[in-house]
Amino acid sequence: MADFKLKRGYDLRLDGESEKTVVSAARPSTVAVKPVAFRGIKPTLLVAEGTDVVCGTPLFCDKSNRDHIFTSPATGKITEIQRGPRRVIEQIVVETAEQPEAIEYATYAPEQLKSLSRDEVLRELMKSGMLALFRQRPFDYVADPEVVPRDIFVSAFDSAPLAPDQALLIKGNEAYFQAGIDIASVLTTGRVHVSIRRDTKDSSPFSSVKNAEIHRFSGPHPSGCVGIQIHHIAPINGRDDQVWYITPQCLVMLGKLFINGKIAPEVVVSLAGTAVVERMYYRTVIGANVSSIVQGNVQTGSVRHISGNVLTGTSVKSGGHLGFYDSMLTVIPESTGPELVGWMRPGFGKDSFYRTFVSPFIPGLKFAPDTKLNGGVRAFVATGYYDQVLPMNLYPVFLVKSILAGDIEEMEGLGIYEVTEEELALCEYICPSKMDIQKILRGGLDLIEKEG
Amino acid sequence: MKFIEDIFNKMRPDFEKGGKFEFLYPLFEAKESFIFTPGTRTKNGCHVRDSIDSKRFMSTVIVALIPPLLFGIYNTGYQHLVVSGEPTSFISCVLYGSWYVVPIIVVSYAVGGVWELLFALVRKHEINEGFLVTGLLFPLTLPPTIPLWQVAVGVSFGVVIGKEVFGGTGMNVFNPALVARAFLFFAYPAQISGDRVWVAQGKEVVDGFSGATPLLVASSHDANSVVTALNEFGTGVAGRFADFSFSNCFVGLTSGSIGETSAIANLIGAAILIITGIGSWRIMVAVVLGAFAMTTAMNACAPNDASFYALPFHYHFVTGGFIFGAVYMATDPVSAAGTGVGKWIYGFLIGAIAIIIRTANPAYPEGMMLAILFMNAFAPLIDYLVMQRHIQWRLQRGRA
Repeated sequence: MADFKLKRGYDLRLDGESEKTVVSAARPSTVAVKPVAFRGIKPTLLVAEGTDVVCGTPLFCDKSNRDHIFTSPATGKITEIQRGPRRVIEQIVVETAEQPEAIEYATYAPEQLKSLSRDEVLRELMKSGMLALFRQRPFDYVADPEVVPRDIFVSAFDSAPLAPDQALLIKGNEAYFQAGIDIASVLTTGRVHVSIRRDTKDSSPFSSVKNAEIHRFSGPHPSGCVGIQIHHIAPINGRDDQVWYITPQCLVMLGKLFINGKIAPEVVVSLAGTAVVERMYYRTVIGANVSSIVQGNVQTGSVRHISGNVLTGTSVKSGGHLGFYDSMLTVIPESTGPELVGWMRPGFGKDSFYRTFVSPFIPGLKFAPDTKLNGGVRAFVATGYYDQVLPMNLYPVFLVKSILAGDIEEMEGLGIYEVTEEELALCEYICPSKMDIQKILRGGLDLIEKEG
Repeated sequence: MKFIEDIFNKMRPDFEKGGKFEFLYPLFEAKESFIFTPGTRTKNGCHVRDSIDSKRFMSTVIVALIPPLLFGIYNTGYQHLVVSGEPTSFISCVLYGSWYVVPIIVVSYAVGGVWELLFALVRKHEINEGFLVTGLLFPLTLPPTIPLWQVAVGVSFGVVIGKEVFGGTGMNVFNPALVARAFLFFAYPAQISGDRVWVAQGKEVVDGFSGATPLLVASSHDANSVVTALNEFGTGVAGRFADFSFSNCFVGLTSGSIGETSAIANLIGAAILIITGIGSWRIMVAVVLGAFAMTTAMNACAPNDASFYALPFHYHFVTGGFIFGAVYMATDPVSAAGTGVGKWIYGFLIGAIAIIIRTANPAYPEGMMLAILFMNAFAPLIDYLVMQRHIQWRLQRGRA
């Protein structure tokens, strides 16, 4: 157990947090699986439009490893396979049936899990397609069955803007969470590391976790990002130093799969953002249609539905679907138009990391920003500000410059394998030149992958 | 409000791709984004963005430049009236000062702005707001008597050779405003050095008047001690212009470049930059530390009290362009070192080298400009060394 006090970072002062009450959402009329969410694989379809599926039916597999399948979390009929530019499969939409059915897998007693062999666990995960619950770093790919991870990391708190309370998400499923940890511990040659907030009470389900190493973190966002935690606990040293990570809610699903022998697609998501009228936590299923959660519970006018948080989430249409790994849905107003001499205003109502506005001097304020870029894109003027929101021993400005220059050796030297979009999102948020840092970073990672 | 928006919306098609004024798009964008913060929506990555933008960022520096600017205007008028032997009412100081200073600023912005726009049009990029700062920084480093055509030539050199040939904003190695000043300094030394240019003189000049700056006095005088020389400067002259005592230099009613004379005004600017977080306090502190260390060393090897070597640190601090350079020039994020450690080294060396040039080189009583330009050239090397150490650390960590 270790204690990490992080100083650098920044908490956006956003209004629109959700109330800590869990209610059930309506059964979604459609559920979708988005292959693009599983980075690092080339999907090959195993179904067609019109196919009837149940929970656990393989939908697609990795082109280079046909045993690596991805399965349906819902029962019903495939109504649409949506393709994007260059025929990329964007989403496979399943129209849900009233009575869910599920493929059955082997069941295990909770005490048994710790002593299972790695091969056996992996076989079950491959069969059910639930290896996808794990993701891999560097690159932030979906877990590769060929890889034996050095360690497995769990961030048991989310520091992102308006993020849900992870303990509330798994409430009532604490035993399954522990089971998930036990299964994960079999998959790695190292340890399972669980990071919690420094002030987490002993009564929290996360403080009493067994069979894992607990680490305590304090500090503003991005202290809850798993990449930051890995950097401080046991850093990634190079491309072949692979680790896996998994969210608490995915651990619960993992536990349920092994104990009950069925895929359990039920998840809790928080509905947040100022454009939502009544903000609460909803019980629904993975990949649910967002309209089943929102159900007209939003303000009139143009709004943006984001699966995930406002920094790294994916924009989905009002009839779109939740992402596989997302446990929150944020709805914020769209930018409605220009603002007269916006850059000259004193800025009582504008939140900013910089103290050039009045608001940073007034504590306790909350803001309801829209999706305005707040300025024009300009030349990249190197500043020391990125460092102030990244609690890592890493030079983000120089890393970004090396990516823009396409210098792979320099990117590696400066630690590109330690970061993903999530860790650098705040740099993008505060950038006065309005650079797309997350996109640039992914470009660099893709370049490394392409060059082998 | 709506009608202005409508005007822009009506004009937009002409300036966008395929429109008849497509080549003028940067001009349209600059005007539009000046009046409106554009309503552009975020596309990928972060869905919300900080309220800061390049305009706000740069205009904060402009705000920080207002105290030395206003004081410079007043002081230019004040100096003029004193040497003319006329009464120095506040109003007449401001009016006479404006008469000299405002045209310099107008020429700097107009000529520099044309170059900026020209390059934006040719390169097809938006006009970068950084020029708003350069266009004001440059005039403040000039003597009030500078010929306007030299202002035009200087700012052209600064923008074109100092910035655009390197690829434009963000790519330049040297601070463009300082490049412009250095160009004038070496090309037309008669108008920017010596003891004749720092005070705008009228037809009548009081008896015994000397237009020397404090640093000039410190470098050549015939008193027993350099401090006495400064304190007694101008006494016994028919006029009433201020001696170069520490307190007068601190307030700034002395001769020198327009923006540099007042320590108070420049320190107010420093406070604005530090509180808003726009200027790097590390660099400012490092410059002062470097100068302090070097002055202490110089004092120790001063042959006698009369030598420039013996000038105490607090005089170095308030004279010449020391504070102005440390606050506004050394902290330019583009030409300074970018790493935390690098900033300390960079600033420290600026301070140290400035004092070396001041004291050890009799040809240049002021060393701030050359010290900053010199360290601008070395900033990439400092960053490179810091990066190499970082990369080594990462490799070492991997092996452990």
